[in-house]
Amino acid sequence: MTAILELVDVEKHFGRVIALAGVSIKINPGEVHCLLGDNGAGKSTLIKTMSGVHQPTRGSILVDDREVVLADARVAIDHGIATVFQDLAMIPLMSVTRNFFLGREPHRGGIARFFDFGRADRIVMEEMQRMGIRLREPTQAVGTLSGGERQSVAIARAVYFGARVLILDEPTSALGVRQTANVLSTVDRARRKGVGVVFITHNVRHAMAIGDRFTVLNRGRTLGTAERGQISQEELQTLMAGGQELVELEDSLGGTV
Amino acid sequence: MNTETISAAAAATDERLRATSALRKSLIRPELGAICGTLLVFLFFLAVAPNSGMFSLEGVMNWGAVSAQFAIIGVGACLLMITGEFDLSIGSMIGFSGMVIAVCATQLALPMWVAILVAFALALVLGALNGFLVVRTGLPSFIVTLGSLFTLRGLTVYVPITINHSTIIGGLKTLSDGDWLAPVFAGKILHPLFVWLANAGVIEHFKVGLKAGQPVVSGIPMMMVWALVLVILAHILLTRTVFGNWIFASGGDASAARNVGVPVSRVKILMFMLSAFCATVFAACQVLDFGSAAADRGLLKEFEAIIAVVIGGTLLTGGYGTVIGAALGALIFGVVQQGLFFAAVDSSLFRVFLGIILVVAVLLNTYIRRLITGER
Repeated sequence: MTAILELVDVEKHFGRVIALAGVSIKINPGEVHCLLGDNGAGKSTLIKTMSGVHQPTRGSILVDDREVVLADARVAIDHGIATVFQDLAMIPLMSVTRNFFLGREPHRGGIARFFDFGRADRIVMEEMQRMGIRLREPTQAVGTLSGGERQSVAIARAVYFGARVLILDEPTSALGVRQTANVLSTVDRARRKGVGVVFITHNVRHAMAIGDRFTVLNRGRTLGTAERGQISQEELQTLMAGGQELVELEDSLGGTV
Repeated sequence: MNTETISAAAAATDERLRATSALRKSLIRPELGAICGTLLVFLFFLAVAPNSGMFSLEGVMNWGAVSAQFAIIGVGACLLMITGEFDLSIGSMIGFSGMVIAVCATQLALPMWVAILVAFALALVLGALNGFLVVRTGLPSFIVTLGSLFTLRGLTVYVPITINHSTIIGGLKTLSDGDWLAPVFAGKILHPLFVWLANAGVIEHFKVGLKAGQPVVSGIPMMMVWALVLVILAHILLTRTVFGNWIFASGGDASAARNVGVPVSRVKILMFMLSAFCATVFAACQVLDFGSAAADRGLLKEFEAIIAVVIGGTLLTGGYGTVIGAALGALIFGVVQQGLFFAAVDSSLFRVFLGIILVVAVLLNTYIRRLITGER
């Protein structure tokens, strides 16, 4: 299987700070690749490098086995790499349909460019249903949705507009149990459509629930990639924490972390 | 019961959502506050001054014309406010544009239609300048347009005093006679219809005086026509077009909108230009109707426009609002201002009322908006 997106020995320096010190990662179609790391491990820098916001200082980025330069976010999107950042780029006062198509509105009526609400509303309802989200109506304001629903709408939007790689920045970090389950099932639906998902999290439990592959990032380096079934939750947790320290602490906490 | 049946039941209906009736759904709309306000105001005057002539055709035309004035500038202020910006220079722009028309027509001896077009061109440039300064410098539009408020008003006083030794320039009536563009702003339409209505006995004739024999209402003033046309066009633009979606987005979250490719700066500059355009429509109608321009025209109109818009349910910080609401806000304004006169109440009470209704309307609108948008 060829990877859609591949990073080879990518480094990113900000002045004297080395944020990424050699990261290699492969994203395959139809797989959820969990990227785990503690705060400061370089997760944000890595996402921004994959989505074209930052350019790597060293190393190469390959899309469909061909080296590319992701000069900015637009170029990344043109390559089918879509990122759902934590702020979701959604406007709470506006309806789901208005948000879903913002910047890419279907229109008719020639130069007058009338927003084709009939078509837009229909597409939104279909896509939401496909992603397992129940909307009351497409005219509902995004502000009335729960955090999990908003996350799912953002994912559905990215998939609808042709994302082949979907980068999700801690999509479950602020959610309750049931909402997390909903978002994870939306991620699963995207996976079944053949989308390669990069799932960034520091919650090992959420990663284990959905991931096909796990890559642990620590101090700007990848500590290797494991496939599902090759690694246990405890091992991942230990890797994330960078070795012994947490284990010692864990003993005194009675294994509750 | 196992977990699957629980989630299946939850999927069918969310037990925490109350069923909403069709009536409730049709009532909970952004304009609800303004609709209630309008009804209240009409009921009030029907009770207080039923036989004052306020609800005769003549009376309706009277407060209708005043409401139309507010509606014209309200349209520009409304769309601009939804993009998240203010224009405090509306009133000064009214005075300035009127003075430009008068100076061009009298001092520069340009044909009236050229004078009008010059005023519109200048207003659009000044509007664009306001917008450009705001999006480029990132300064609040409150400050930038406050600067324009003083600059334009100062010029509007300085120019006529320097060239004419007076703050009023008159004599425009004769200059606009026979001009092809002037009737678009001054005068009335449907005059024959009203003559016919009067002859048919539906409306009354003047009994005595200069106008004896003519109908008491001789037509629909162009100011009302402009108000109606602007309100309808702006409503369609805002609610039905792609550009309308960008207007909401620019005010709702400018950076989110930019990230998905909405040209936020262009949208904002265009709305500043629309605001200046509306102010100039107001000025042209007024100057050509009165036959003169005065340096104090349009004083405080920016606040009245903003109040009409806010009463109409538009959010002061942008991203939410309706043109229909702003038009109803203008209607409330006009009815009350003229209604107090019909009811023989001192006109200073107008301001008392204004202050009260502003706060009450915003409270009500905030509540309604929370219902619609789930804001907390």
